[in-house]
Amino acid sequence: MCFTPHTDEDRRLMLERIGVRTVDELFAGIPKDIRLKRRLELPAPVSELEVLAELGQLAEANQDLICFAGCGAYDHFIPAVVDAIISRSEFYTAYTPYQAEVSQGTLQSIYEFQSLICRLFDMEVANASMYDCASALAEATHMARDITHRSRVLLSGGVNPRYVQVVQTYAQGLSIPVETVALVNDSSDLASLEKSLSSDVAAVIVQHPNFLGSLEPTVEIGRLAHAAGALLVVAVDPISLGILPAPGTYDADIVVAEGQSLGIPLSFGGPYLGLMATRRRYVRTMPGRLVARTTDLDGNIGYVLALQTREQHIRRERATSNICTNQALCALAASVYLSWMGPDGLREVATQCHAKSSYLASAIAKIPGFTLWNRNPYFKEFVVRTPVPARAIIAEGMKHGLLCGVDLGCFRREWESLLLVAVTEKRTRTELDAYARFLKQEFGSR
Amino acid sequence: MANIPGDLKYTKTHEWVRIDGDVVTTGITDFAQRELSDIVYVEINTVGRQVKRDEPMGTIEAVKAVADLYAPVSGEVIEANESLKDAPDLVNKDPYGAGWMAKLRLSNPDELKGLLDSTAYTELVRKSEHH
Repeated sequence: MCFTPHTDEDRRLMLERIGVRTVDELFAGIPKDIRLKRRLELPAPVSELEVLAELGQLAEANQDLICFAGCGAYDHFIPAVVDAIISRSEFYTAYTPYQAEVSQGTLQSIYEFQSLICRLFDMEVANASMYDCASALAEATHMARDITHRSRVLLSGGVNPRYVQVVQTYAQGLSIPVETVALVNDSSDLASLEKSLSSDVAAVIVQHPNFLGSLEPTVEIGRLAHAAGALLVVAVDPISLGILPAPGTYDADIVVAEGQSLGIPLSFGGPYLGLMATRRRYVRTMPGRLVARTTDLDGNIGYVLALQTREQHIRRERATSNICTNQALCALAASVYLSWMGPDGLREVATQCHAKSSYLASAIAKIPGFTLWNRNPYFKEFVVRTPVPARAIIAEGMKHGLLCGVDLGCFRREWESLLLVAVTEKRTRTELDAYARFLKQEFGSR
Repeated sequence: MANIPGDLKYTKTHEWVRIDGDVVTTGITDFAQRELSDIVYVEINTVGRQVKRDEPMGTIEAVKAVADLYAPVSGEVIEANESLKDAPDLVNKDPYGAGWMAKLRLSNPDELKGLLDSTAYTELVRKSEHH
């Protein structure tokens, strides 16, 4: 079987029609000195059977570890119904639903997704999704600048450092100065926030729970931001909203989140799902695609892409964003997950995450040499001060079938003895006990 | 042919200007509203700010296009037409009256000399229509 589409005869006919004899003649216009003069260095062809064997060997090299790592990507349970529904070929296509007449299914699924996100966040409008939380947060920064006509943003030191990097990359191009609001222990310092606020601050950006797992004083932060005329931008963990108040209740202006926790596999870091919602009055500066419900001439309900004049193909350089896509399949997975779980299911997942992480944190805090670093209440994730560098614990854990967490030393040298541990509803009591036992036996009382 | 009142001044970017002492009222011309077709949203986001001549002072959204409203002269934007928030179609219905967009307090009266009169603007529109 040949997998290249053109036969020798096809090529001969095409060259003849063009009026050249050889492929080299066809490329005569390309200067000789920039042409590749050797064959591509590719391995020899192999059979399908051999390819499968080789891929199988590569896959076997993966270690199946019990996951206690988080920092923005979490090992949550994915109900079978999610894959069953998103695998339908009607949804599996990458078609952009510009032509409403032939895209009602896709458009309705996006509309339902937006509705779910609005309910989850207690906000008025949500877009069709963004790449991930980091890009959504960067877009929110840009949006806040356009809304307020102010230049600076204040970013809490509790925002995931990887998100911060993306925000700074965007901000650099847009000439938006980004200033960090220091942490006091494990949450944003209100006094230094108050000092940094002025009439040129567009937004205060906070992550809640923050990347150390700790809850932030969002109500006070919002009050300070609004008193100074700045917007409150919050990055949340959608699972936490099973038990924590929705951002709308503390007057957030723009809410973003990483949707990976909602039925999307870890899959080595992507593709993930950026969630974004805001107040209706800001809808015209919101980036991304937006689906709305309307009626046709006969009064039938129909779904359409709405307010497209916000987008780059019309507004060009004045558009908030130059992203012209969404993560429709991941968004659909999140919709199925949320519909399947419902409010009670989400509350159950959040409650289990909280109970199990509290259980493990107390167990670890009892081990000589280990202390819990968080002083504020935390959700799903916490920081442990370790008697040896955290990376040593992670390396040893892998030998015992455990992925112990994230080494905070990756972000700051002075954090090298801090280990960020995440506990989802998937972890069993047996696994939690095994983890604590491992720490005690290998590193306790050093 | 578009309606071009003789008592107004105009810009090359299709704004009209009504002068009243040091306050100028501006909007888009009949020709411009026809070109844009149905206007769905007008945002004057510069109220209270100083703008320079030819600088964007607001955004006009039609069903399939977005255009800027440019400042015809330099000055402080003192007022925006609030009624356009709920009825942007006033721009289509009555571009020189109820569809006005913003008022500026003139900072440099010399700039008024740079505006087009109705004859010069009529010529500009005639050329545009032949494209």
